[in-house]
Amino acid sequence: MPDEVKPEGTAQAPAGGTAAPKSPAPKASPPPKPPVPTTMVTTPWDGEIPGRLKEQFGGQVVECASYLDQNFVVAKPDAVIPILDFLKLELDFDYLVDVTVVDWPKKPERFELIWILYSFHRNERLRVKTSIPEGATAASAVSLYPTANWLEREAYDMFGVEFAGHPDLRRILLPEEWEGFPLRKDYGITQMDNRWVRENLGIESGQ
Amino acid sequence: MAEATFLDSTELVLNMGPQHPSTHGVLRVILKLDGEKVMGTECVIGYLHRGVEKIAENRTYTMFAPYVDRMDYCAAVSNGLGYCLAAEKLLKTEVPERAQVVRVILTELNRIASHLIWLGTHALDIGAITPLFYTMREREEILKIFENYCGARLTTHAFRIGGLQYELYDGFEQEVNAFCDTFPARVDEYEELLTGNRIWIDRLQGVGILNAEDCKAYGITGPLLRAAGVKWDLRKAQPYSGYEKYDFDIPTRENGDTYDRYIVRMQEMRQSLRIVRQAVKDIPAGPIMGKVPKVMKPPIGEVYLSIEAPKGELGYYIVSDGTVNPYRVRVRPPSFVNLQAVEKMAKGALVADLVAIIGTIDIVLGEVDR
Repeated sequence: MPDEVKPEGTAQAPAGGTAAPKSPAPKASPPPKPPVPTTMVTTPWDGEIPGRLKEQFGGQVVECASYLDQNFVVAKPDAVIPILDFLKLELDFDYLVDVTVVDWPKKPERFELIWILYSFHRNERLRVKTSIPEGATAASAVSLYPTANWLEREAYDMFGVEFAGHPDLRRILLPEEWEGFPLRKDYGITQMDNRWVRENLGIESGQ
Repeated sequence: MAEATFLDSTELVLNMGPQHPSTHGVLRVILKLDGEKVMGTECVIGYLHRGVEKIAENRTYTMFAPYVDRMDYCAAVSNGLGYCLAAEKLLKTEVPERAQVVRVILTELNRIASHLIWLGTHALDIGAITPLFYTMREREEILKIFENYCGARLTTHAFRIGGLQYELYDGFEQEVNAFCDTFPARVDEYEELLTGNRIWIDRLQGVGILNAEDCKAYGITGPLLRAAGVKWDLRKAQPYSGYEKYDFDIPTRENGDTYDRYIVRMQEMRQSLRIVRQAVKDIPAGPIMGKVPKVMKPPIGEVYLSIEAPKGELGYYIVSDGTVNPYRVRVRPPSFVNLQAVEKMAKGALVADLVAIIGTIDIVLGEVDR
């Protein structure tokens, strides 16, 4: 069995100017532990792509950074589709790998949306991220990338995030009449739509 | 609906699946037909949905690893590799070289096994029964190696985050070498049965064409993309687990039809064998497990890591909130994304061609529905 070691990342000093971690109150007893970062310790990402994005979109681009050598762009919700359009047409990001959502119920902007892009020409990947509050609508990328069709339907199915301009936004994995969005954090692991189960399967509960 | 039909009759709506043998599991396709011509299709999926991504949020990083085997159960080893690599990157763990080489051997054998299942069932759909018996025979050899290595044949859970759980068993190299020696002749045998077969060619050539532009638009990866002439393979483009050390080619074809995808996969099996031969020749000595903490708490952050699974790009997007459970695990399944192109490929085809088209995508519904 391997020896137990401290995760390397906890010992890492924050690099770059972004997201300095809050240090916890210093402990008197040895050995002193390095502070555990309370946010993602990113490094700034400079170069052609962030430069052109900032030039084109200005304040709409909130942040360009890297984590574990993976680049991402944080943008305002309204700017996402223009940015995807720009990345596709001007910077050769011609392959939309994935569209997904992360639920942060405690944040005011609850849903973090992530578009993962790849460029065959550059052999480079990047993520475009934005956050929207509950009830807000995201814009659909189907007109740019047809593959977004099912990916956005799945995001809607699992999180209830609606994509404006999607040609056929309905559930994809769950039944159409199902109530609730299972990948939201407030949806329990054993929870299901008991009414649907009763009416369609003729049993009291699936659990 | 008011579309004028070719036979000047009403459009027929036909349900294919979810219990139809040629839909490879529980895929349901609603067909709009004009005689035998497919006017439109709609895939209905989700029959095998188990909420894998939800389960992940309620398990530790280690506990979730066996679940990924149950997505693409024809390529469980590949699934496990992708997940372990993503978790290792998040933990900033180095995997020992010996473990990396063993991983490559098992993953490539798994690719061959996955392609063999595809070949056998695809041929069966088209009406050729014999190849299935042959491919199952060779797949058995691979499954025996898996079984000897880790005790499981299908849902292997062969790898652990940080390396391997088990040392190689005595006689592993000999068994793998024996397989490598016999297998090329077996592929020749399949090709003899199919490649020049008049019926096979007539049923596959020109069916379900997807050109390179369509592939990129629909996010299609794997053999489908390569059959359309795009020389792209993640093992070459963004090597992982030491793939850069091996000498192999990326087979491509130009037409992007069902026949070309067949040829590409046949050649891929030969290339996988090349990799296995090189890897097994010189397995380095040393530890099989890297330094990983017993309680895995990756620092707050996120990672997207993808590998070239037998069916295309398999990606894991993992978000850590610094606790023992992943905050979010998103699986980017190749089967799900590739299946979306059925609609485009099937339009204007015959019902019989649709069977070939579903077969040529090589879907596993466990991965489509998760």
